[in-house]
Amino acid sequence: MTGAQILIECLKREGVEVIFGYPGGQVLPIFDKLYDAGLKFILTRHEQGAAHAADGYARATGKTGVCLATSGPGATNLATGIANAYMDSIPLVAITGQVKSFLIGNDAFQEADITGITRPITKHNYLVKDVKDLARIVREAFYIASSGRPGPVVIDIPSDIQMQDTEFIWPETVDIRSYKPTYYGHPGQIKKAAKLIAQAKKPILYIGGGIITSGASFVLRELAEKIQAPVTWTLMGIGAFPATHKLSLGMLGMHGTGYANHAIMEADIIIAVGARFDDRVTGRIDTFAPGAKVIHIDIDPASISKNIKVDVPIVGDARNIIGELLEQLKKAPDTSEWLKIAEGLKRKYPLKYKDDGKIKPQYVVEQLYEVTKGNAIITTEVGQNQMWAAQWYKYDHPRTFISSGGLGTMGFGFPAAMGAKIGCPDKTVIDIAGDGSIQMNIQELATCVCNKINVKVAILNNGYLGMVRQWQELFYKKRYSQVCITSPDFVKLAESYGAEGIRVAKKEDVRPAIEKALAIDNTVFIDFSVEPEENVYPMVPAGEAINRMIEGLA
Amino acid sequence: MRHTISVLVENKFGVLARIAGLFSARGYNIASLAVSETLEPGTSYMTIVVEAEDEKVLEQVKKQLNKLIDVITVTDFTKKEHVERELILLKINYSAKDKARLDNIINKYVSKIIQHKGDTAILEAIGDQHQIRGLLEDLKPFGIKELVRTGRIAIAY
Ligand SMILES: Cc1ncc(C[n+]2csc(CCOP(=O)(O)OP(=O)(O)O)c2C)c(N)n1
Repeated sequence: MTGAQILIECLKREGVEVIFGYPGGQVLPIFDKLYDAGLKFILTRHEQGAAHAADGYARATGKTGVCLATSGPGATNLATGIANAYMDSIPLVAITGQVKSFLIGNDAFQEADITGITRPITKHNYLVKDVKDLARIVREAFYIASSGRPGPVVIDIPSDIQMQDTEFIWPETVDIRSYKPTYYGHPGQIKKAAKLIAQAKKPILYIGGGIITSGASFVLRELAEKIQAPVTWTLMGIGAFPATHKLSLGMLGMHGTGYANHAIMEADIIIAVGARFDDRVTGRIDTFAPGAKVIHIDIDPASISKNIKVDVPIVGDARNIIGELLEQLKKAPDTSEWLKIAEGLKRKYPLKYKDDGKIKPQYVVEQLYEVTKGNAIITTEVGQNQMWAAQWYKYDHPRTFISSGGLGTMGFGFPAAMGAKIGCPDKTVIDIAGDGSIQMNIQELATCVCNKINVKVAILNNGYLGMVRQWQELFYKKRYSQVCITSPDFVKLAESYGAEGIRVAKKEDVRPAIEKALAIDNTVFIDFSVEPEENVYPMVPAGEAINRMIEGLA
Repeated sequence: MRHTISVLVENKFGVLARIAGLFSARGYNIASLAVSETLEPGTSYMTIVVEAEDEKVLEQVKKQLNKLIDVITVTDFTKKEHVERELILLKINYSAKDKARLDNIINKYVSKIIQHKGDTAILEAIGDQHQIRGLLEDLKPFGIKELVRTGRIAIAY
């Protein structure tokens, strides 16, 4: 078989259903073999769209996403998408073409050192120098991408290698001696944690994306109910615990709920699972949860004690460890007083906005929730839209909230929605977008229409790069420097691509517009003219303690 | 504080760049780096000396090193009983009348004159950092024209 055939055979054996990508000179041998390979290929309009779509597909399905691009500019266009997947620990395999082996390093046409460029933003990467290594490398790449703490892996394949012939040998097993992720927690540490929890008076569960990755939602819920501890989460942890559950405290952090931020400061034990104490969550680190002992469960030892001191570190897979913990927990703590306090905090610091006659972005998100009854997959762009999507839609299931957490990539939501819809065709998929962000990968409208990918884009159109404007308002004396952004007529633009558009200028039209959009069997842009200077509250100013929130005017 | 760390890795291209990248991404300068094959074909040993004020950051670097797919083991010698050595080659001014004085110094250390030609001698010396520093101090009066060092290597008990 040729290298290209081997690659495709390997992808099939890895169970790949869809590849997102874009062709070019240095991947022509692969595209030639794709012609009759029977694999679904989605031709995006930009390689960044391909990477984000593969990422969105992975987040929605739990499978590994695959994208493919040519050498040089094709590969560099993937870089943002790869970095995005890296920061959020998303399993992704990115395949890039490379100039012919003997030209590498010669500044050949469309050459870029993509293994060099992606080294700091991948879990691992490969340059294939011998076609005999290809099958093993592809197998390893999928294994590395999806195991342990998942992440993106790049395979860079020179075009001459794609054409060379060799015998195809499928490696049945993968054995990388230096890579052995730890899946089971240390029994002694788990025992210690169980003991600590049994004595807790004010325990709190603080959970992140790791719960979703490990499929631990169900056992987590069991744990929370058994020890009667309130649960708060990171942006990446949204959906890992039902938001409508009575123990739920909502999101923590800079734009988290007031009650979560206050509660964690009062906790005596924090049980952190699959979350990494990002600065957006802890606020000023030396003031964070002063009275709390910390149990930290994570598959990545480097995540533990990175930002805060941990009393009981447990390295391993969240589902296994929580399962063990449940077995060890003989006696549940009495937290009735604590739950009363938490209830009080909920009443004292509710999420709120002033609902006047105008279209408030929060109202739009609430209506999206009402109309979909919480049964949609929501993706987001980055900025205020993302925070409102996190605050005002209630997510009860994992993999229903898809957002760029670590890198904060504008332009992520729309292609990610595309990928999610392909992975979950029976689900309603809505990208909650800003007028700025949507313009970063708007060209993917063509991809949607051409492939009949039915996603909805709810544009919270405030005429500003809203989140930046909010910071300028609050911290730069309203000196609105370069944040007023003009947009095309989104309705006409959608129509010109063959999609549909709905403009909403009045509050009473919000709900009917959403209902109408959902009924249309096509991609729809809904352009909501929202209050231009609405802010996201509460807000913890950068570098402040997490319970020192600006509450806003409402 | 200077830390000596050794990393056992798969001997593949790009590994050195990945490792160096972990230090440079945090603004750490690598003070010395020595790389060579081990007894086992396909693996290399890297001994890295790094200047790090912040122990916590260094801890993080070590964990990140451990995470790299091609890294087999990471050893931090800071709190371990170990021996360190470095080889240096240097050119100094030489004249026959200084020979006795020079021999005296050289004999104090693990060092010898490899060659002398005209007014220049080439010396080699092996030692830990104190010995190397001592030797360089003692040789200063002769005038050191050129110096190359291998960088530190270390082995634990
Ligand atoms: C690629 C990229 N460039 C710049 C930023 C910085 N940034 C963060 S939020 C934001 C404004 C987003 O504006 P918009 O999409 O209109 O959303 P809004 O905040 O108004 O909801 C910007 C520019 C970013 N996150 N990503």
